[in-house]
Amino acid sequence: MLLTSYFLAALAIALAWPTPLALSKANWTTRAPVQAVLLWQAIALGGGLSMIGSMLVWGLTPLGDDLISALQGGWRLLNGDPSVAYPGVVHLFALSTAFLFGFHLVLTLIRAAWRTSRQRAKHRQLLRLLSNPSETRPNTLVIDHDMPVAYCVPGISQSVTVLSRGLITQLTSEEQQAVISHERSHLDQRHDLLILAFTAWNEALPWLPTSKLSLEAVRQLIEMLADDKALEKVNRQTLLKAIITVATAASDVDKVSSTNNSSNAELVGMPGGEVSSRRLQRLLTPVAPLKPLPRYLVLTCTILLLVCPTVLLVAPRLLAR
Amino acid sequence: MASLGDLERSVMDLLWDSTEPLTANDLRDDLAALGTDAKELAVTTVLTVLARLEKKGLVERERSSRPHRYAASSSREDHTVGLLNEALGTAQDREAVLARFIGGISADEAASLRAILDSVKSA
Repeated sequence: MLLTSYFLAALAIALAWPTPLALSKANWTTRAPVQAVLLWQAIALGGGLSMIGSMLVWGLTPLGDDLISALQGGWRLLNGDPSVAYPGVVHLFALSTAFLFGFHLVLTLIRAAWRTSRQRAKHRQLLRLLSNPSETRPNTLVIDHDMPVAYCVPGISQSVTVLSRGLITQLTSEEQQAVISHERSHLDQRHDLLILAFTAWNEALPWLPTSKLSLEAVRQLIEMLADDKALEKVNRQTLLKAIITVATAASDVDKVSSTNNSSNAELVGMPGGEVSSRRLQRLLTPVAPLKPLPRYLVLTCTILLLVCPTVLLVAPRLLAR
Repeated sequence: MASLGDLERSVMDLLWDSTEPLTANDLRDDLAALGTDAKELAVTTVLTVLARLEKKGLVERERSSRPHRYAASSSREDHTVGLLNEALGTAQDREAVLARFIGGISADEAASLRAILDSVKSA
């Protein structure tokens, strides 16, 4: 058990700091966004599991040789069985920390989900007053504004794509098609849930700089995923033109925000430049997708990152023998 | 009978288009003039809709006069701008809507993008 807890702790540290740092700098991710997104999820999940697991396993060490017998020992102790030795303050502290940390993660996720759904509901309510259903496209609302804007509002029962009148007038119908397929794939692939999970992760661990890093990386990657989906419908040039037209108009966002006097720097507070430049670079000078061998290698790592902490948690003795 | 949601929209449209605050009676008459299915609309229904809109902060009530008069709290354009800001991630909370086609970028980046656009167009 002791060795296992050390191993899990080492894994937790590796997944909390050096691994995300290296992955965020890696270049292959733009060539295999699907695998990269999966890997980011495995890093976060595996990291959380091993963080909690290392404390849990270490805390339970005095009570038994593996998780099951240790939990049974703990239960007997709680019931006042005198044959079980009291584990000691330090171990109890580790146990409580493990439980509290687990609760903290789950609660943050619930809170983020609740907040997001409330904000979306509010947004939808205003949309109902301010937009009109598109005459030509299903599940699409048109909002009356000159700036070309497109976005989607994900929902459990009904998701909508919102286009501004400016987008419809300033983009050719092919370019609109690019924008819409891009948005649709965000909805179809439920990227909102992905972002929700990483937002919660970032909120739960604000002191961990890499949690922000992973959120940004996943944000970039889902844009690439959606771009790839759009490229199935339109050619590269059309998508590129659509992106640039919308992006340059968005830089005039000051005109839009009549009440918002914040500086431009704050308007682009998140590294949106990085998002767009990496995304554009990929469209401007296309690189071949990752070859099968490295792709499967990444996939294997992804699976191992999830399986290792889980197996060790359930059967910590594997490492001792 | 139109749903409350549809009525909310019709009432807001009337208030946005009106230059002065309106009473529930005015609104009922205007709604009746608009469509056939609003004919049997009761003033109490209009008041219910107005109360809901007031609770959402969309409508302000003038209590100085009798009967109370109602006005939109801000213009249609301001609300649209608010929605777009939320969508572009310029609002306080960036996670609210997400998945915009592309977020806000800086003026420098916009300039370089325009250059790229020109080269793409001429290609």
